[in-house]
Amino acid sequence: MDSSRLWLLRPFGERSTLIFLGVLLAAMTLVTLLHVAVPPGHPLYVSAYTVNLSGKYLSYALLAVAVDLVWGYLGILSLGHGAFFALGGYAMGMYLMRQIGDRGVYGHPELPDFMVFLNWDSLPWYWYGFDMAWFAFLMVLLVPGALALVFGFLAFRSRVTGVYLSIITQALTFALMLAFFRNEMGFGGNNGLTDFREILGFNLRSSETRLGLFLATGVALALGYVLCRAIVTSKLGRVCVATRDAEARTRFLGYRVERFQLFVFTVSAMLAGLAGALYVPQVGIINPSEFSPLFSIEIVLWVALGGRATLYGAVIGAILVNYAKTVFTGAMPDAWLFALGGLFVLVTVFLPKGVAGLLALRLRRRRDGDGSFSGKEASA
Amino acid sequence: MLCGQCRLHMTFTTSPSLRGRKEVRLNASRRIMSFPLRSTTLALMAAVSLGSASQALAQEDPIKVGILHSLSGTMAISESTLKDTVEMLIAQQNEQGGLLGRQLEAVVVDPASNWPLFAERARELLEQHQVDVVFGNWTSVSRKAVLPVFEELNGLLFYPVQYEGEESSENVFYTGAAPNQQAIPAVDYLINEMGIERFALLGTDYVYPRTTNRILEAYLKEEHGVADDDIMINYTPFGHSDWQNIVAEVRRFGSEGKPTAVVSTINGDANVPFYRELGNQGVDAGDIPVIAFSVGEQELTGVDTAPLVGHLAAWNYFMSVDTDANYDFIDAWIEWTGDEEAVTNDPMEAHYIGFNMWAEAVRKAGTTDPDAIKDAIIGVVVPNLSGSYAAMMPNHHITKPVLIGEIQDNGQFDIVWQTPSTVAGDAWSDYLPGSRDLMADWQAPMRCGNFNVATGRCGGSTAAEEAEAALAE
Amino acid sequence: MRYPPMLGPATAGARAGTDAAEDERTSQSRGSWLLVLALSLLLMLGLSMTTPAAAQDAAPADDVAAMTLLEALDVDSFPAKGRAIEAIVHSDDPRARDWLQALLDGRLQRAGDGRFVVVLDNTGRDWPVQDALSGEPLGQMSRRELDRIGINNALRNQLRSAIAVVDLYAADVGLRRASAERLLGEVDGDLAGPLVEVIEEEPDARVRERLVQALAIYRLEQGELEAIDDLQGSLHPRVRVALNRAANGDDPIVADAAREALNGIEQMLKLNRAAETLYFGLSLGSVLVLAAIGLAITFGVMGVINMAHGELIMLGAYTTWAMQQLLPGQPGVALILAIPAGFLVAALAGIAIERGVIQFLKGRPLETLLATFGISLILQQLVRTGISPLNRTVITPEWMSGSIAVNDALSLTLNRMYVLGFALVVFAVLMLIMRRTRLGLEVRAVTQNRAMARSMGIRATRVDIMTFALGSGVAGLAGVALSQLTNVGPNLGQNYIIDSFMVVVFGGVGNLWGTLVAGLSLGVINQVLEPWAGAVMAKIIVLVFIILFIQKRPRGLFPQKGRAAEG
Repeated sequence: MDSSRLWLLRPFGERSTLIFLGVLLAAMTLVTLLHVAVPPGHPLYVSAYTVNLSGKYLSYALLAVAVDLVWGYLGILSLGHGAFFALGGYAMGMYLMRQIGDRGVYGHPELPDFMVFLNWDSLPWYWYGFDMAWFAFLMVLLVPGALALVFGFLAFRSRVTGVYLSIITQALTFALMLAFFRNEMGFGGNNGLTDFREILGFNLRSSETRLGLFLATGVALALGYVLCRAIVTSKLGRVCVATRDAEARTRFLGYRVERFQLFVFTVSAMLAGLAGALYVPQVGIINPSEFSPLFSIEIVLWVALGGRATLYGAVIGAILVNYAKTVFTGAMPDAWLFALGGLFVLVTVFLPKGVAGLLALRLRRRRDGDGSFSGKEASA
Repeated sequence: MLCGQCRLHMTFTTSPSLRGRKEVRLNASRRIMSFPLRSTTLALMAAVSLGSASQALAQEDPIKVGILHSLSGTMAISESTLKDTVEMLIAQQNEQGGLLGRQLEAVVVDPASNWPLFAERARELLEQHQVDVVFGNWTSVSRKAVLPVFEELNGLLFYPVQYEGEESSENVFYTGAAPNQQAIPAVDYLINEMGIERFALLGTDYVYPRTTNRILEAYLKEEHGVADDDIMINYTPFGHSDWQNIVAEVRRFGSEGKPTAVVSTINGDANVPFYRELGNQGVDAGDIPVIAFSVGEQELTGVDTAPLVGHLAAWNYFMSVDTDANYDFIDAWIEWTGDEEAVTNDPMEAHYIGFNMWAEAVRKAGTTDPDAIKDAIIGVVVPNLSGSYAAMMPNHHITKPVLIGEIQDNGQFDIVWQTPSTVAGDAWSDYLPGSRDLMADWQAPMRCGNFNVATGRCGGSTAAEEAEAALAE
Repeated sequence: MRYPPMLGPATAGARAGTDAAEDERTSQSRGSWLLVLALSLLLMLGLSMTTPAAAQDAAPADDVAAMTLLEALDVDSFPAKGRAIEAIVHSDDPRARDWLQALLDGRLQRAGDGRFVVVLDNTGRDWPVQDALSGEPLGQMSRRELDRIGINNALRNQLRSAIAVVDLYAADVGLRRASAERLLGEVDGDLAGPLVEVIEEEPDARVRERLVQALAIYRLEQGELEAIDDLQGSLHPRVRVALNRAANGDDPIVADAAREALNGIEQMLKLNRAAETLYFGLSLGSVLVLAAIGLAITFGVMGVINMAHGELIMLGAYTTWAMQQLLPGQPGVALILAIPAGFLVAALAGIAIERGVIQFLKGRPLETLLATFGISLILQQLVRTGISPLNRTVITPEWMSGSIAVNDALSLTLNRMYVLGFALVVFAVLMLIMRRTRLGLEVRAVTQNRAMARSMGIRATRVDIMTFALGSGVAGLAGVALSQLTNVGPNLGQNYIIDSFMVVVFGGVGNLWGTLVAGLSLGVINQVLEPWAGAVMAKIIVLVFIILFIQKRPRGLFPQKGRAAEG
């Protein structure tokens, strides 16, 4: 008990974690203050739209942290993390759908609207329980976790590695996308779940709730970050890094590599699910396109851009890319894909350690300290 | 008895709903002031939106028209031309001196075929850019995604694409066809004019084909006594490209002696390989005609139309419509795009009608205030491009003629049949058990998008919420 | 047959125009009433040979009658149009067949001044037309001035049947075959009599067999038991319909016989259906193989995960389109030329990608994935902004359209047959290159042990470039083939990239045989599953199957052996 608490508290002794938490806290406070205390119309005022957008970025950042945990420290390039994100989102979406109750357009007390007009006469069994918040929030973690557990168990046991693992994670998310597109699945098909009204009794269309969701996402990101730091700085994390750099050697040293991989992979999937659950109420819709393999690859880009195996780099990357996306798709839609594509190429070729690498380089120049990303990085 | 109930209910709901709108308006004014740098003008604009419209001040600012169509991503194929259409209509309106003495200004954003981004962009248009009206969306899912945003911020959306119905929002005007304006007349044509007895309903697996096919299935069974065996339903994923098995199945289905037709709600890219496979397996329009609801001139530009000749499509407009208004529109469009081969299609006409209706309503109301427009636009009648008139109905759908066209080898449609008069759009289908009793009427005093005539209650969410709020006070 | 056979002069005119010798043979041997026709035919021949101007001078009265015939077509009601068509069929006018054909093609139109014209080309805003009566070219007319005589599918069927009866007497065997095919199930009392004679005179066995069946269906409808003998074993759906009807008929003897005949047919149909599914599967599989085999080379041999592979396929498809634009009116030649051109374009693009990006990422396979994904986005957007976001029209040449009928129940679509053959040829050539050429030897050496190969004097960099060019070029070939099956648009590549990866991984990286077997078997599995699981479920099942299979055999069907396999 004592040791496990120590294990979780260790990151607070790190400078980088404290800096990260400090910056995050400062940003959250600033946004809140500027939104609440500054009168609307003032040049410094942060509108509800911006708060909402920031909340979305933070949930993406949490997702990027989850991906970095497996890619940066475990060497598993998951091209399927979008699936865990979307599953968490769907669990949340189902809860929000049930919260609508009989206020849907057909006024059915139990069935969501899409089920009424697609002729479902009763609620499918897997929708049971989602009217209760605690159950739904549990499922947000458990469903992606369980999928990752089963998938990881099979894959790591048979030592599927490298490219093969990447491709089958892609197959996983692709299969799920096709499945969720099917209307027979009972998840609203292509339209997905939408028209949410309230969460835990708070009106989702009010700006106060939006601020609350933004803050909740920030807190989740902070907790997720600390958890990941705790994992990677523990003994377990060192075994993971060893596995990343030389899997066979680690195995020969007597470590049951697949157990470590499985644990970290599952934790990462649950974090991704949590990110999805926080994302859905803020954007107001969840549909199968979140399962799209392209989205999963994009997440990996955020991490690569920010800097792999640093965690804070993932956060920077996610926010940077998505901010750029918001700006570019508004300003010059045609150029956006060129910019994104160019970014992919330039970052992988010229910036293999990402923005965080640049930061670390400047820091190292100033004081000859320890970079968290050091040592030979073997090809995964 | 029933009517008394509903009147009672109406008086009960209208006042809180009015109060609700006032709250929305107050919210809007607060948001307006959030926009930096131009606070004085904005404060005045807030005053305008609060009801004390001032003509003199209003003249200084252009009327902002938001355009919410994907310019990148998969939907750019269909949607980018609609953006150009609205821009052309705005330019034409400005040439005629704008509206209310003010110029119009287009505000274009790109939701990039990404549904959550649609909601975000809609919010940007309404909150940051303060647009007066939005023309946009193509897919059902994108409309569903922006719907809560438009209702929350009290914006106006003109939606130009044929859709599955089962919706009537106070803030949305549906200028595309509802199922009763496309699907039902189309099967009537198949039965009455072509003597079809068996139907293969093929569709892409999403909500529009699902709902349309459900309506058609119920309609065929109830109204025409078609047996279960004579209806085949099949769904395929988006962009499906391997049609061998399905076409072979349709061929077998159609070779059992009864005249057979395919009713296709296959979407977009999947159509080319589908028609190719049909042609190659030797199914031609004479044997098994295909009537499509999602294949128009735009879609045919990417297709070798030779094997498709004689297959059908049901729309409310075809580029081949033989009226001067249409030829003028086509000429203007060709000039605007600078492309001699540019085609026009049904959703473009829907935007043409929607834009003119909105302009007419602005003239009638003397303001661009959304609530005033909502009241003014019901009953507005404007000419469409096919020689008849489109009227905005109280359920926010419009009247449209239904045309059936046969594909020609030049990628155009030859109109073979049309409804004798226009058909009013039905928000709630009569052939679905859940929606049979519902009706929409956004006129005072009802103001309800889903009034249940059986229970005499407005099942709508806002009404229930507002009623609760009223009780709490 | 609802319409009496049109044995009018128009028939004769058409035939006389095509082959006078055959014409003589048939007209003499047919019955005496045909002789009369032959005479009128000759008369018509003379008429149609004269210049249009002379015809006009000679027969103004004819034109008045013709005008009345055509006037009757210009009405709103389709039943009335049907009667007008019938009147034209029965008229002795030599131009009748041309009118009917123009009407069928939607080219018979009425100009603003009331003249009937035939539109020669209906693209653009002004169309060239010719006078329907005199055949004189009238220059261009605006489409605003022209009113089309619309027809619907019922009339189209009526026209086709009318023309089919005419074509029964045509000199061209192909026309007669098509006509006989058309008449199956459409024979009625009026046609049955003449048909007996036509069958006797018919030189072509296939036409004869069809006509016998067509007649037998009519006889069966009249309750003739012997007719069933003629229908025995036929797999044609219309025969089955007729037998089915007879099996449910009043006459117990006929019904029993029909039922028995049907049982035999059903057995045959089951076999045919299995063969058809296999063909569908192989065809889908060949597409997968084509799309994946280039990837198998770059991925398997070089360890490069090329996410831009799909866009290289797209480039091949756009090359086909571009070739067809360069050679208008020659879609077939353009398609054949597109094979080397598509290869070159994609190979050059491949070299550019290799030199520009991939060479900097040696030994970091997962990062090549990200970089090439970026390239794929850029290429897609280039096509969107450079060419058009809309799909492009790629025309299928005549010799690739339609299908080969193995029997009445099984016909194999030609375009897919060509693609299947093409895939096998590409595969064979690649195998030859890998096994029999210097390049192949070097590639294999570099794959197995790069350092050792270099120390033996192999220029590994050059081998990399060549391999990548080869893999990319093959992707271009896949694009050329796919342009005949699906959309040519900016999203083409995206639709195939995931499938391609699945095929390569399933087959075993670095093994071309593995790719072939994997592609074909996944195609067949998919098509076997599709009828009962549905298209989406079939795909999901296949994906889950691959995921599970990889757990069982982490390196695919045919794993690479040796040190190189440990990545």
